Amino acid sequence: MTYIRPAFRHPDLPRNDLGFTRKDYEGAISTLCAGCGHDSISAAIVQACFELSIAPHKVAKLSGIGCSSKTPTYFLGNSHGFNSVHGRMPSVATGANLANRDLIYVGVSGDGDTASIGMGQFTHAVRRNLNMMYVVENNGCYGLTKGQDSATADIGSASKKGEPNHFEPIDLASIALQLGATFVARSFSGDREQLVPLIKAAISHRGFAFIDVISPCVTFNNNPKSTKGYEHVRDHLAATGTVDFVPFKQEISTEYEAGQSKEVTLHDGSVVHLHKADPELDIHSRRSALRLIKDYKAKDQILTGLLFMDEDSQDLHEILGTSKTPLRDLGVAELCPGQKVLDKLNESLR
Amino acid sequence: MKATNIQDPEYFHKVVDCQYACPAHTPVPEYIRLIAAQRYTDAYMINWESNVFPGVLGRTCDRPCEPACRRGRIDEEPVAICRLKRVAADNKGDISDRMPIIPKKKNGKRIALIGGGPASLTVARDLMPLGYSVDLYDDQRAGGGFMRSQIPAFRLPEEVLNDEVNRILDMGVITHFNHYVDSLKTILDKKYDAVFIGSGAPRGRDLDLPGRQAADANVHIGIDWLSSVAFEHVESVGRKVIVLGGGNTAMDCCRTARRLGGDEVKVIVRSPFAEMKASPWEKEDAAHEGIPIMDNHVPQEFIVEDGRLVAMRFDRVKAVYDESGSRRLVSTGEEPVIVPCDDVLVAIGQENSFPWIERDVGVEFGKWDMPIVDETTFQSTNPTVFFGGDSAFGPQNVITAVAHGHQAAISIDLHCQGESVAKRPPPGVTLVSQKMGIHEWSYDSQVENDDRYQVPQAELEFTLSNRKLEVELGYDATTAFQEAQRCLNCDAQTVFSEKLCIECDACVDICPTDCLSIVVNSADEDQVRQTLKMPANNTEQDIYVSADLRTGRAMIKDENVCLHCGLCAERCPTAAWDMQKFYYSVSKAGQCG
Repeated sequence: MTYIRPAFRHPDLPRNDLGFTRKDYEGAISTLCAGCGHDSISAAIVQACFELSIAPHKVAKLSGIGCSSKTPTYFLGNSHGFNSVHGRMPSVATGANLANRDLIYVGVSGDGDTASIGMGQFTHAVRRNLNMMYVVENNGCYGLTKGQDSATADIGSASKKGEPNHFEPIDLASIALQLGATFVARSFSGDREQLVPLIKAAISHRGFAFIDVISPCVTFNNNPKSTKGYEHVRDHLAATGTVDFVPFKQEISTEYEAGQSKEVTLHDGSVVHLHKADPELDIHSRRSALRLIKDYKAKDQILTGLLFMDEDSQDLHEILGTSKTPLRDLGVAELCPGQKVLDKLNESLR
Repeated sequence: MKATNIQDPEYFHKVVDCQYACPAHTPVPEYIRLIAAQRYTDAYMINWESNVFPGVLGRTCDRPCEPACRRGRIDEEPVAICRLKRVAADNKGDISDRMPIIPKKKNGKRIALIGGGPASLTVARDLMPLGYSVDLYDDQRAGGGFMRSQIPAFRLPEEVLNDEVNRILDMGVITHFNHYVDSLKTILDKKYDAVFIGSGAPRGRDLDLPGRQAADANVHIGIDWLSSVAFEHVESVGRKVIVLGGGNTAMDCCRTARRLGGDEVKVIVRSPFAEMKASPWEKEDAAHEGIPIMDNHVPQEFIVEDGRLVAMRFDRVKAVYDESGSRRLVSTGEEPVIVPCDDVLVAIGQENSFPWIERDVGVEFGKWDMPIVDETTFQSTNPTVFFGGDSAFGPQNVITAVAHGHQAAISIDLHCQGESVAKRPPPGVTLVSQKMGIHEWSYDSQVENDDRYQVPQAELEFTLSNRKLEVELGYDATTAFQEAQRCLNCDAQTVFSEKLCIECDACVDICPTDCLSIVVNSADEDQVRQTLKMPANNTEQDIYVSADLRTGRAMIKDENVCLHCGLCAERCPTAAWDMQKFYYSVSKAGQCG
């Protein structure tokens, strides 16, 4: 029985700018089914945070309920975490973010937690442009309750039980685009090369960064008639292009063909470099993204990659004009300035 | 790259680093698991089949397995393989009913063994059960060769040696002890069907310096002196002793001198300390007994006063390396160093010597006056004469001699049966899944974090006053279990079936040491090695390449630091990875068909 990960690691593990190795970003060993796409996403988050040299204590992981929402236990074991009520992660994230704007917020949710019970919460977090990365680990089924179709299951897709789904699916990327998300991407758990730079860009983006990651449920929804199994997704995958994330201060060394590439500089100086596979895509246009998602779907293809971003967006703190100092750092003197200040304020309103 | 051919037994054999490095290819992880299970007799028998002298080797082996041990690449120190072997030998039960049956009716073939050391005894051990009649000639009064005459009793108690030597002689070997063979011709004239020469490298090198002749009474050749001590011809040594040389014989000489009355014993060696030939643990043991090692001192003169040795003169040197890395010892120009002494033991190497082999009996000699011996068959240019052990290719060690003996026995058997000696038998190989359940394997796959356990030693006050008192006490059962659990079970092989793989990355992500990658294959191995999740920079270790997967990529495993923890197989939803126990045994004489 080895449900224990050995302590030994590769003796030559690289170290990042903080002197940490990947091991410092790992979490507990996963208890999900062997082969679950979610574990790949956890590994991608570990890799991205390692490469970004993020201090683990500067990250807060938030989740709701479901297989997906269990995963924060399996990555960033040295970070803060909050496992909330089903579908209520956006509220908790909003509260945490307003209290301490200095942390990096990583929200992990599933198709049930976001598109069903948490739909109301999700939409409002999007429209408020809460500064966080919101990852949906989308497997089209309720894995934790034995694989019933979820709200993102495609029409005609059949899970292990064999019954085709009759209901129109919710496309979370399209909804996020419509509600004003300022960074929208879609990816596949089995495409690490695409997913890691997308996560790095999403974490670096200021505002609501949404990534819909198709993540096969190996136990209940990985059969030939499912549209979210490994085989189907691989066979129907299309990408908007390849994304490179170049951190601030690092020279851009790759050369790109003119006309096919797009460079976006983020607020922290890092650069997202999109090498477009489809020249139709304009990543600054929601309409372009929405149209392409539909076009590819009509061709029975799943469009992945970076779909839209607005690097100059204003996040919730800027819209509300909140204190630059995190609320939790304000002392009694700042929070309760006393009768004189209150009187003065009241006077100004007369 | 082409997909790795795992049907070739040598691929997985190489993954079991310890077994691969062992000249006799003893299945190490298998017997270590048996020791952990306290099945000492079974563990002993695996050893006995393979290396014939587990009790001797568990105390004295040069341990080529330990520097090779995978644990040494991920942890500070390798598994204490050698001392675990001793645990099996010390705690074994009665094995008489497990000994091979010696046929009463002989096969009519007669074999002569010249020399009674490990190589000859191994030949006897392999040929006796096949019905051969074996005559063994040795000039000592008992069998064992250098194991008896060179290895001091405080490292190897005589009972242990006798037990293992006699087990072979008791098979019915006809012994001719105290019989120095001074002519190969007379042996050949006795019309043996084959003659095996395992006469060792019996001549210790001397040091021809000014004063050597005058000091002769107090200058001793190390191996001869050790032998005289072993056979109790010498019982004391002067108070101040200089041991010249930096190999394991020098270590045995200095520690023996310490026990025979030498209370100021110094080892003085030409080379820098780090480049001494002695095994690190033997140097440690000498240091533990208060014996200083003076390095970078080149001996120049035996100083004799009034017809008696009183001191030696040394020149201080430093090592200088040229571009090709070869070393020169250059005098520092400092004042010479005079070291007073009563006796000097010269342990600066030993040589082969064949004055007793006539040069007209068909055994041809080549470079350095060494016989021409085939490296696979051990046959000389006289087809009935075979060599093995130190006499074949120069001084090595016990385990190498055993390996030679096994191979020579195969050749002798083939030769006597009228077959070609080139027809080598393939190894015996099994590869069986160890899966017992979802998270359950038939071996303890969990990797222990413990550091290597020290072997306890007897107190110096007792060991230094009794030359026959064994210094090392050996592991007790609890410590042996803990040390055995440090073994990574490298024979539990990761076996991959590409047809089952769905490329979910679960194995790649779970692997604690980043051995696995799913990448695009290419023809250039160096390039493939660099594209892996962790570059496979240790080119001595193979990479395991699958055939193309569904996406056209390949699963590639760097064998280098795999912990054999089985997590890849546990996390695999389709059982594309499986842990399969690989058992590799070198075939012995009589197993050719």
